Amino acid sequence: MNNKVQLDQVNIHFGKTHAVKNVSILFPENSVTAIIGPSGCGKSTLLRSINRMHDLFPSARVEGRILVDGSDIYDKGVDPVSIRRRVGMVFQKPNPFPAMSIYDNVIAGYKLNGRMVKSEADDIVETSLKRVALWEEVKDRLKTNAMNLSGGQQQRLCIARTIAVKPEVILMDEPASALDPISTLKIEELIEELKERYTIIIVTHNMQQAARVSDYTAFLYMGELVECGETKKIFTTPEQKQTEDYITGRFG
Amino acid sequence: MMRSVAWRNTKNHLMTALMLAATAAVLFPLLLIFVHIVKMGIDSLSVDFFTQIPKPTGEQGGGMANGMLGSLIMIGAASLVGLPIGIFGAIYLTEYGGSRMSAAIRFAADVLSGTPSIITGLVAYSLLVVPMKGFSAMAGAAALGMIMVPIVLRTTEEQLKMVPGTLREASLALGVPLWRTSLKVTLRSATSGVLTGILLAIARVAGETAPLLFTALGNQFWGKSLFAPMAAIPLQIFTFAISPYEDWHRLAWAGALVLVVVMFTLSLTARYFGRQKYRI
Ligand SMILES: Nc1ncnc2c1ncn2[C@@H]1O[C@H](COP(=O)(O)OP(=O)(O)O)[C@@H](O)[C@H]1O
Ligand SMILES: [Mg+2]
Repeated sequence: MNNKVQLDQVNIHFGKTHAVKNVSILFPENSVTAIIGPSGCGKSTLLRSINRMHDLFPSARVEGRILVDGSDIYDKGVDPVSIRRRVGMVFQKPNPFPAMSIYDNVIAGYKLNGRMVKSEADDIVETSLKRVALWEEVKDRLKTNAMNLSGGQQQRLCIARTIAVKPEVILMDEPASALDPISTLKIEELIEELKERYTIIIVTHNMQQAARVSDYTAFLYMGELVECGETKKIFTTPEQKQTEDYITGRFG
Repeated sequence: MMRSVAWRNTKNHLMTALMLAATAAVLFPLLLIFVHIVKMGIDSLSVDFFTQIPKPTGEQGGGMANGMLGSLIMIGAASLVGLPIGIFGAIYLTEYGGSRMSAAIRFAADVLSGTPSIITGLVAYSLLVVPMKGFSAMAGAAALGMIMVPIVLRTTEEQLKMVPGTLREASLALGVPLWRTSLKVTLRSATSGVLTGILLAIARVAGETAPLLFTALGNQFWGKSLFAPMAAIPLQIFTFAISPYEDWHRLAWAGALVLVVVMFTLSLTARYFGRQKYRI
């Protein structure tokens, strides 16, 4: 299988904090990889380096190579904006644009960039919402405010907004941690379907979730990659003692 | 036991009374000013007041139309230049500011807004009036603009900082460049707060007299151009009030009334916008 994203000896610093230490991972195309580990171990930091969100923090420093389709996204001359169009991101708390309608939220990526073609908008909205299984629930109130949706619906809307701009990779940072169990289940089912088209990297501190949705799992501890491999293997016969302790709930 | 409850109640009443007194002490002068200005100015408010320029001394009637237009023109010109500088400066501070540069800008803005306005007028005088060899509306507008910029800059910055970072990240993660995100998401979410700041800045300079004294100078007639002396309401109030003529005094009061009503309206509108929720 093709490796869509590849981290090669990645180190990330915030000023004096060394948040991610010498991490190398392969993310195969059209698969779901879960990054697990206790709170504060650097999962979000690692994830956000893959679409260059750290560029916004002057104190953040990313070293090593991060390859998408074989080319380093931190190379000189690479525009972070073009990377973010290929590598989308879903955040922990649903964050639809509060004054936009459901409809406008889906095409926000086009509207904010001033490149919406009117005749294509309806199509994009319908396809994207169908793909996140939200179409039936909202098709009669597309022009109403997105904040009227439930938390779970808002999160699916945010996923729709992300896939509307046709990314290749989707990063998810604990996308269900703010949701109720039923909404969580829907998001998990969705991830299962999305991997047919996208490469998905999901951060979660919920191990059952990692076991349910992912093909591969990477266990991060204090900024270091402890172990990484097929999810089945990590959860049944981990090689490292630390991994076993963590997944059996002995710490974290 | 009983005594301590009674004592607590007494203390409670005492404090309430004190606070009521303090509130009254704040409101009373305001009310006094307002009532007095209305009483003195209302009789001279006529159609003439809004359409005529001042009559030569000795003639009855006349108005302050030239002053009102002059104030509008100079505040307009000051806003045209000052508001974009203030707003884009604030965007720079919040979104792009490398720490050194933004600290310097913030410091400059704070010093500038703490500077007495007569000094701002003097600066405009020596930088514009002297080299251009004459008083001008443009110099007046520049002085007003210098007062507006730091106010707008700091209020806008405060408002931009209150926009949740999650919204900016949502936009950036969709591949929207930072500058577009700043304008279309951050600034737009803060629109109502930014408008409040703008209105307060306008209200502030609408009443400024000192910076216009040796820049726009004032004019008994319609201003000819931006490069000639121009009348303004506060200047006219000043000149008329210190004149020895009874009817000019009445015009000054009418001018004061107009100014107070305008500022009152601006402040109320500002409050209205300030109450709106953040939206985009
Ligand atoms: N913007 C930042 N500035 C400074 N330190 C940060 C920043 N973001 C994260 N960190 C630090 O990096 C470490 C890892 O944080 P994070 O990646 O958020 O952990 P996780 O997502 O696994 O809970 C923490 O010690 C945190 O304090
Ligand atoms: Mg995190």
